[in-house]
Amino acid sequence: MPKIVVEAQVVDNVDIGTQVKELVLYAPEIAAQAVPGQFLHVRVASATYHPLLRRPLSISNVDADVGTVSTIYRIVGQGTTCLSTLNKNNIVDCMGPLGNGFTIQGQRPLLIGGGMGLAPLIFLAGVLCPRPIEVLMGGRTEKEMFWASIFKHMCQNLHITTDDGTLGSRGVTLDLLPELLQTGKFDMIYTCGPHVMMDGVARLAKEYNIPCQVSLEEYMACGVGGCLSCTCATNDGSRKKVCTDGPVFWAKEVVSC
Amino acid sequence: MLAVNIAGIKMKTPVMTASGTFGFGLEYSDFVDLNKIGAVVVKGTTLKPRSGNNGRRIAETPAGMLNSIGLENPGVEEFLHTTLPKLAQYDVPIIVNISGNTVEEYGKLATLLTVPGVAGLELNISCPNVKEGGIAFGTQCHSAAAVVEMAKRNTKLPVIVKLSPNVTDIVEMAQAVEQAGADAISLINTLLGMAIDIHKWKPVLGNVVGGLSGPAVRPVAVRMVWQVAQAVKVPIIGMGGIVTADDAIEFMLAGASAVAVGTGNFVNPKATQSVAEGIKDYLGKRGLSHVNQLVGKVNV
Repeated sequence: MPKIVVEAQVVDNVDIGTQVKELVLYAPEIAAQAVPGQFLHVRVASATYHPLLRRPLSISNVDADVGTVSTIYRIVGQGTTCLSTLNKNNIVDCMGPLGNGFTIQGQRPLLIGGGMGLAPLIFLAGVLCPRPIEVLMGGRTEKEMFWASIFKHMCQNLHITTDDGTLGSRGVTLDLLPELLQTGKFDMIYTCGPHVMMDGVARLAKEYNIPCQVSLEEYMACGVGGCLSCTCATNDGSRKKVCTDGPVFWAKEVVSC
Repeated sequence: MLAVNIAGIKMKTPVMTASGTFGFGLEYSDFVDLNKIGAVVVKGTTLKPRSGNNGRRIAETPAGMLNSIGLENPGVEEFLHTTLPKLAQYDVPIIVNISGNTVEEYGKLATLLTVPGVAGLELNISCPNVKEGGIAFGTQCHSAAAVVEMAKRNTKLPVIVKLSPNVTDIVEMAQAVEQAGADAISLINTLLGMAIDIHKWKPVLGNVVGGLSGPAVRPVAVRMVWQVAQAVKVPIIGMGGIVTADDAIEFMLAGASAVAVGTGNFVNPKATQSVAEGIKDYLGKRGLSHVNQLVGKVNV
């Protein structure tokens, strides 16, 4: 399927958490092809060079029937601040769907996400349905865990950790993970979030002999494999492009443990 | 109207791709018809594979970006055996950008790449991101000339020399490589720059410094093209921050016979195509029959 660049119309750009918004774009050609784990590459300020580069945004959901793709972003810098000002019916220059998504495999998946890494797991959870899904999510505090209400209806079991213990158990996802894996019921792990978390997940997945896919995040310019800004080291000594070989990799390819 | 001949390389349009921004061309084939590009200048190629620099490789800056990729590439053998055959299906000149650690390596690369399917070589003597070679050759006239002479002795292909803007006198460098036998000159490579994270008190780039590109550098590039155009006879390929046709026309008026889109490809993956179309429109509106009529026509 070809990658395309389209003038996408903003359907919605709404607050879903503190400084977190969901952008819904009408881009039927992208929606028709996208698979979980892929991303959009969005020019956030079409008329100016501030900022100049596109922003890679993971696809958090797709409605192929309606023709929309969604992405969830936290307002952190110049690019996302620009994005946050988009209004309904504005036009956005959008490339997609880019990258390699998750490989759907196994019958008892465990999805593990931290912070904004939970965004692509929403799309994934939808596609994995009707398999019985369990989700382990971590965040800093209850206020940031609006994710719980999104995943609640999509999974059989939702396990939550917060740094301050205001929701779920106090601590981080990795504290809770060993006891989940000890149950022996999972045959596939998908994870997206901070590097430290994914490293830990990959290590435990290996220990319990469960296949694991990780979704990496890296600064990138072209998004199509041309500039090599985003390449990462792999366990066989070669380098892989996060934008086109990834962003989803098998943990054993890219995590040394 | 748009066809040009740069040092014997026949191009359908004067709009090329800048090395390092367009992969090997194939990466962009979903977005642009490679057959309609003036020439594809592929990723900088070295004798042995290189894994490039560690740490963060790009940083966004006002109207531009810094990069310190460090010439990551699969090496010349892999290019010849795997990539070049795939490019054969396209009717577009392929120019290979080469980089060596020593003068001799440029000679070896020139020999190895003188094969059907390669239309020309671009000598990278201006990469700011590698310790050996690269910019070390491009900031001194005698070493730049030595590299050009070595390449010329080892190939019959047109030899383009990509100059560094990080020099005191760009004209002197251009004259030195012309005298050494360069068939064309690419101007400019990136400007050495740095960005600092004020929260961490650390450089943003893993390599500390990197090359600045994008619209921010365009006035510097246009100035250098204009200065060099007064001093050399070989054609100049102008580049540095071209995103639109207007930008490209500015370079041509300054004296560039062709242009290359670099960072602009990241902003608009169809930029090479839209720049060429825009030049055509401009010529039509001004009643000009050929793009050559723009070259060096700025009234100073």
